[in-house]
Amino acid sequence: MMKKYFVLAACICCLSMVKAQTTSIIKFDEVQRILSSKNDTTYVLNFWATWCMPCVKEYPAFQTLATRHKNEKVKVIMLSMDFASEYEKTLVPYIKAHPIDGRVCLLDELDYNAWINKIDAKWDGAIPVTLIINGNRHIRSFFGHDFTTESLEQTFTQTIKQ
Amino acid sequence: MKKITKTQSVLGIVAVAVGFVLMSFAPSAAGYKIGDSVADFSLKNTVDGKAVSMASFPKAKGYIVMFTCNHCPFAKKYEQRIMDLDKKYAALGYPVIAISPNDPSIEPEDSYDELGKHAKEKKYTFPYAFDETQQVAAAFGATKTPHAFIVNKENGKLVLKYMGAIDDNTDSAEKATKHYVADAVDALIGGKAVAVTETKSVGCGVKWKKS
Repeated sequence: MMKKYFVLAACICCLSMVKAQTTSIIKFDEVQRILSSKNDTTYVLNFWATWCMPCVKEYPAFQTLATRHKNEKVKVIMLSMDFASEYEKTLVPYIKAHPIDGRVCLLDELDYNAWINKIDAKWDGAIPVTLIINGNRHIRSFFGHDFTTESLEQTFTQTIKQ
Repeated sequence: MKKITKTQSVLGIVAVAVGFVLMSFAPSAAGYKIGDSVADFSLKNTVDGKAVSMASFPKAKGYIVMFTCNHCPFAKKYEQRIMDLDKKYAALGYPVIAISPNDPSIEPEDSYDELGKHAKEKKYTFPYAFDETQQVAAAFGATKTPHAFIVNKENGKLVLKYMGAIDDNTDSAEKATKHYVADAVDALIGGKAVAVTETKSVGCGVKWKKS
C-alpha cells in the first residue's frame, strides 16, 4: 500500500517536472504548507522578482541546481514578488524564455509585514533570499544573499549534509 | 619560540576571520532603533545642488526621511504616495526628505544627475538628496528602497519613532488598508504614541558599494 503511494507521489513529481514551464499565482497558505511539510523532499525556495536585477542575475544558478538534482527528492520553487496585476506581462513571458526544472509561482501577498518574519526573522524584505528546508531532517537554513552557480551548489550540498 | 609564533599566527588568522564576519554584516546589522536619538546629516540636494539636512527645516516638528531611488520598481510604485505625503504633512510640520542611497556605478539611473533630473520632471516639493558615501543609509540602517523613517523633535533631540513600509499594498494605494507612515505622523501630530513602530516590506536592496 505504502509503495503504491510512493509510486503515485513519484509520478506526480515527474509530471510536475515535465510541466516545469507553467506558472501559477499562489497565496501564503501554500508557502506555509511547504514550510510545515514533514516529508523527505528538500525544498529550495527562492524569493525573487523579474524586476530585481540581482535576482535575475542569479536565476541561472537555480536553473542549473534544479536540472542537476531533478532525479532526486529536491524541489526548486521560485517564488516571485512580481505583482499579480502584471502577471501576464512580467512573469509569464519571463518563464517562457527561461524555463526551469522546478516550480515558478507568483506569491500574491502584498501585506509583506504579515508574513516576512514567518520566512525568517533575519529577513528585512530585500530580495533575493533563499530558504532550504527538509521537514523530515529538520533542516531549515535561510540565506539573505545572492548566489553564483558554484556557491549555490556548494551551499545546497553542505546544507543537506547537516 | 616557534610555538609562540604559531599561536600568534593562529590568533592572527582568527582575528582576521572575525573581522571579515563583522565587516560582511556591517551595513544591515547597524542602524538606529526606535527611540534612539538620530544624528542630523548633510547631503547634496540633487534638485538645487545645495546642502540639505534636517536643520534646513527649522520650523519642522519632525521629518519623514525616505530612502528611495529612481530605478527600483517598488520605489516607482510608491513615488506618487511619497509626493502626496509631503503635500499633506509638510504643512503640518513633517516634511519629506528623500534620499537615494544607491551606488550609481551599479545603478546608473540613480546617479546625482539622473536623480535631480527626475525630481525636477516630477516637480518634487521636497529635497531629493544623494547619499554618495552611503553613510546616512548605514547610520539609519536603511536596507532597501523605499524604506521610511519618521523622526520627531523632542526636547531638542531628533528621536526615531517609526521605520519600515509606507503602507500594506505596494501595487495599489487605493487597496492599502494600513497606512503605517501616515498613521505614525498623525499620532505624533495628535500627541499620541505611535501604535505600529516597525514594519517589514519587500523592496530593492540598497546597492552598496563593492569594497
